[in-house]
Amino acid sequence: MRDVSIIGIGQTKVGEHWEKSLRDLAIESLWAAMADAGVEEADVLYVGNMLGGQFVGQEHLGTLIADFAGLRGTEAFRIEAACCSGAAALRQGYLAVASGLHDIVAVTGVEKITDALGCITAVGLAMAADGDYEASQGLSLVAVHALLMRRYMHEYGATNADFAMFAVNAHRNAVGNPYAMFRRPISKDAFEKARMVADPINLLDSAPVADGAATLVLCPAERAREFNGQPIRVAASAVATDSIALHDRRDLLFLESAYLSAQRAYQQARVSPDDIDVFELHDAFTVMSALSLEACGFAKRGEGFKLAQNGDISLEGPIPICTMGGLKARGNPVGATGVYQVVEVVEQLRGQAGPNQVKGPRLGMAQNIGGSGGTAITHILEAMD
Amino acid sequence: MDMPRHWRLNEQRYNLVGTECPACGAKLFPPRPICPDCNCKEVQPFRFSGQGEVYSYSTVFQAPSGYEEFVPYTVALVRLKEGPLVTAQLTDMDNDEARVGMKVEMVTRKLREYGEDGVIVYGYKFRKPVADYLETEVD
Repeated sequence: MRDVSIIGIGQTKVGEHWEKSLRDLAIESLWAAMADAGVEEADVLYVGNMLGGQFVGQEHLGTLIADFAGLRGTEAFRIEAACCSGAAALRQGYLAVASGLHDIVAVTGVEKITDALGCITAVGLAMAADGDYEASQGLSLVAVHALLMRRYMHEYGATNADFAMFAVNAHRNAVGNPYAMFRRPISKDAFEKARMVADPINLLDSAPVADGAATLVLCPAERAREFNGQPIRVAASAVATDSIALHDRRDLLFLESAYLSAQRAYQQARVSPDDIDVFELHDAFTVMSALSLEACGFAKRGEGFKLAQNGDISLEGPIPICTMGGLKARGNPVGATGVYQVVEVVEQLRGQAGPNQVKGPRLGMAQNIGGSGGTAITHILEAMD
Repeated sequence: MDMPRHWRLNEQRYNLVGTECPACGAKLFPPRPICPDCNCKEVQPFRFSGQGEVYSYSTVFQAPSGYEEFVPYTVALVRLKEGPLVTAQLTDMDNDEARVGMKVEMVTRKLREYGEDGVIVYGYKFRKPVADYLETEVD
């Protein structure tokens, strides 16, 4: 196996891009990443996407994007793992380079949400849950997470307001990210007054789904210096699964997939949670931030929400999360989100995070979660001297 | 539209039939071809009693397409007496009555419709237990 480096990053602003199609967004980020790396061709293009077929009536995305981006003939296909399709595409890109089969690999995550109506979007997103036994009972993906949050509050004596600082932190960080959807702070008071979507999850517990695309260019570490972009080493790449449905979990309040993929990543990188300087976690809902922090070893069970309250997760804290706004305020372009997370960790490790720069980070972690925890994919990146 | 897909689930939706593992005794809903606890493949059908209690719940204010007519409605994880959790709606009660630990029993109710010419899907929901309640009530 070869060491793998990220040599190029590109992203579009996350938002409602009425004037841009799925292919437009993908190409914009792909070309930006290729320019950043200084490459004109790629051996392979992997496209992470969850809902192209459902929302824009388009499958066969690898080929479509390769063709329109000027890469006709290149090996290309789409990778799907619900909300962690983006990280799954990176996982495949990592394997392709590490195995020695390919040298220059482009990984694009893309989602076009706003061509579909809201109630249709909810049906599509609920496909990340068990269709026969969750969605068919009238559960949206929000409702699935609401069941998690209610039980969390019941077991640990937390209240809705105890989760507010996750959203406040994300919005504060998004102000400094030019690619973020909501570049404005929110107050704890606004959080507490937000309307309910699926009780106890309110509008500001939930990350907004929106359009966006992000791309990474990978190459073998031994060739990384040949290219323009400041290379960042992929120190670990790990995937783990659990049941799709909440009712099938061994332990409802423990994200086993997140735990397993994080443990595998720590072992591969030979690090522990204490060594991680930046953590882009999957804050699709505030309760997921708490559960991810617990599963990945940053908090004891039932205490994840306290890290938000005491400021530990801020840019100056011991474990900064959502440093560019997270899913909550950068926005959640579902199948692209996992690639955005890694792009943002690269920005931090390169020292290119602008006003959001964490001081001298060496190791950054990104964890992308599919559905309510059915799949978790963890990557650890390391700054190269 | 979608008819075979719903028809295949009749035993689960109407009779709460899951599986039982003869090796370790695990009782599972929904049914599975292999026991997730001990990997035994000789699992047998098992009909649950429909008795249980609310483990978690949520009142939904923004419904996915197809469920708008019920808004607001309450969904729950119900811990069945025999062990497993099942995801279902609570019915025949006010939304603000739901509590963790509340005793409930399975009933058959309309899950959704597929328009004027489409199939009407029925299945399990859960209500507060009604002793000696014999007549069938339809939404």
